[in-house]
Amino acid sequence: MTDTGFINARLLNPASGLDVTGNLLVKDGKIADLGPTLFSDTIPDGIEIVDCRGQVLCPGLIDMRVFTGEPGAEHRETLRTASLAAAAGGVTTLIVMPNTNPVIDDVALVDYIERRARDTAIVNIHPMAALTKGLNGKEMTEIGLLKDAGAVAFTDGDRSVSDAQIMRRALSYAAHFNALIVQHAEVPELSHGVMNESELAGRLGLSGTPAVAETIMIERDLRLLELTGGRYHVSQVSCAASVEVIARARRHGQKVTCGVSAAHLTLNENDVQSYRTFFKMTPPLRSEDDRRALVAGLADGTIDVVVSSHDPQDAEVKRHPFAQAAFGAIGLETLLASTLSLVHNGDLPLMRLLSAMTHIPADLLNLNTGRLAAGLPADLALIDIGAPWIVKAEALHSISKNTPFDDRRLQGQVLRTIVGGRTVYTRE
Amino acid sequence: MTNADAQTAPLFPHRHLLGIEGLSATDITALLDLADTYVVQNRQVDKKSAALRGRTQINLFFEASTRTQSSFELAGKRLGADVMNMSVSSSSIKKGETLVDTAMTLNAMHPDLIIIRHGDSGAVELLSQKVGCSVINAGDGSHEHPTQALLDALTIRRRKGTLEGMTVAICGDILHSRVARSNILLLNIMGARVRVVAPPTLLPKGIERFGVEVFHDMREGLAGCDIVMMLRLQLERMSGSYVPSQREYFHYYGLDYEKLSFAKPDALIMHPGPMNRGVEIDSAVADDINRSVIREQVEMGVAVRMAVLDALARNLPNERPL
Repeated sequence: MTDTGFINARLLNPASGLDVTGNLLVKDGKIADLGPTLFSDTIPDGIEIVDCRGQVLCPGLIDMRVFTGEPGAEHRETLRTASLAAAAGGVTTLIVMPNTNPVIDDVALVDYIERRARDTAIVNIHPMAALTKGLNGKEMTEIGLLKDAGAVAFTDGDRSVSDAQIMRRALSYAAHFNALIVQHAEVPELSHGVMNESELAGRLGLSGTPAVAETIMIERDLRLLELTGGRYHVSQVSCAASVEVIARARRHGQKVTCGVSAAHLTLNENDVQSYRTFFKMTPPLRSEDDRRALVAGLADGTIDVVVSSHDPQDAEVKRHPFAQAAFGAIGLETLLASTLSLVHNGDLPLMRLLSAMTHIPADLLNLNTGRLAAGLPADLALIDIGAPWIVKAEALHSISKNTPFDDRRLQGQVLRTIVGGRTVYTRE
Repeated sequence: MTNADAQTAPLFPHRHLLGIEGLSATDITALLDLADTYVVQNRQVDKKSAALRGRTQINLFFEASTRTQSSFELAGKRLGADVMNMSVSSSSIKKGETLVDTAMTLNAMHPDLIIIRHGDSGAVELLSQKVGCSVINAGDGSHEHPTQALLDALTIRRRKGTLEGMTVAICGDILHSRVARSNILLLNIMGARVRVVAPPTLLPKGIERFGVEVFHDMREGLAGCDIVMMLRLQLERMSGSYVPSQREYFHYYGLDYEKLSFAKPDALIMHPGPMNRGVEIDSAVADDINRSVIREQVEMGVAVRMAVLDALARNLPNERPL
């Protein structure tokens, strides 16, 4: 591998707050050095030079909530196609959910994902393992062995672990291994709806899932966490009340973290209008007040990470009447550009947004990436944060095209994505 | 405009009738006026006219229906259309792709009008995007049932002379009722005062912003009203899931003479049918020829559907592009 010098870059390192014009040297797949004075005397011979022309060079993004169809539903998405979409979106590490067929609840299957990722994908992929066997919500998986095998966290993905006893024991047991438990928070009995419970749902004649379905589950889990200790993360919050509950728990010294999806930060329930099934997701898109509370929660640090919640669904399961259509929306490739709209609007500092997709998820998952620092793998994204483009579903790299952002005008283009020093994507 | 030689604005400037939402008072009045002429025609020996001669009408019903389907069938036939009924049991066609496929298949047969009923909210709108002809919503899930609201409006207007200023109490399972939604929209557009009367579990969230007054007590809700519109409550919702029992429901929300006495002395009783006698309405009240207009609603149904078919057909092109 030839070494590469990135010159004239706007170096952004969210972990340290660094924001300077300078250069960065990649050697043997790792960041060797960076800064404004690097190469000030001379650029070494024999290295490839990439002129960044003043654009942002930052750590590659980490997306900790991605569904694929591998194994079991490869017609929707494979690890490879997800990685192509990721690379085009500046994402250098993605975490896949265990909701596959078979479910990732066994050491051999964690191993399978890692080998398939290594052999076919162009970005880093790590699995979260199931928290309960077969996602049955009843029996714990082998948390210790799975963690040793490479599972970065434990979750039932898009299913809530609703049995309080199982959740209590899982938190308690996992604490010993310092393993992160990730909950999809919803009370199942309150969550039979197909969109947010609201006036609009009433008018459309659609059954609604109230925001309290989520908040109640978070409150319950936080009470359990008081008993057990351990590490608990809410995969996505979708409403103002949940943000408030988490902020309060933090003030009381509880160790809890949470994420939010790009869709919930940028869309609201009104987008469902006219029964548009590409906006059907779980948790559902909520009110505009909720959306604003999520943005504020991200800005003030109550919300730790931003995820895509990438969930590929083929047209056949989306082209149904709203109530019958599948949940889920893709989002890997639009993760950065869609959320950059919040920065361009002035709702969110750029550094804060990038933190939520780089060093914060890296620390949560103990990943050795997410920063611009000598010695770390050269996982990088070169971004023109102001460049406008129009999302075209058919041009996205995912096999499934169920994007809620089709035809939307976004600002922020990924120019080049580098994983372990190798360029895996360049914009044509 | 589809009709090139039309000199004036079309009677009803819409391609489909998917719901009351989006209609103006002018649109509704035009349909009701036209329906009035069909009431007269339907009471004669020769009930046929030729407004739809040569047209093909398909009744595509994904949900079982006796009265709505026969009403549309009769309406089409009286206007001279060729009417085909397709009842698709919900078990054989449930998934939407098959649903869309069915619509495309029918579309290839060049129908002029498709009447659709489906158990899912929004399904009719979805189908209307896939076909080249006019679509009439005959009920989609809990969303809308526009021809029911129109026939209710026609019934009220013929009895009371106007809709404006009427106080209408809609009672029962508002949450699941497409009839209620369409009626709330239409009555608001036409200047009536709308009340809803139901236990809290049978009201959708945000109902107070639909342009209605909300009552949980039937006597208060009926006080001084001109029209009592009862809704059907499905029996399976009365065993503890939404209300505790039939007995308790009838006690508090069933329409009997005692509760009716709170309404105006000349208040009319309406019901979209089919009725659960002794559950939401007392049998004697339902059959009271002085108060109940339930059978008249059925008659108005045919006239209103003829008006809708006629109005939409006037906008259809007279020659098909090859």
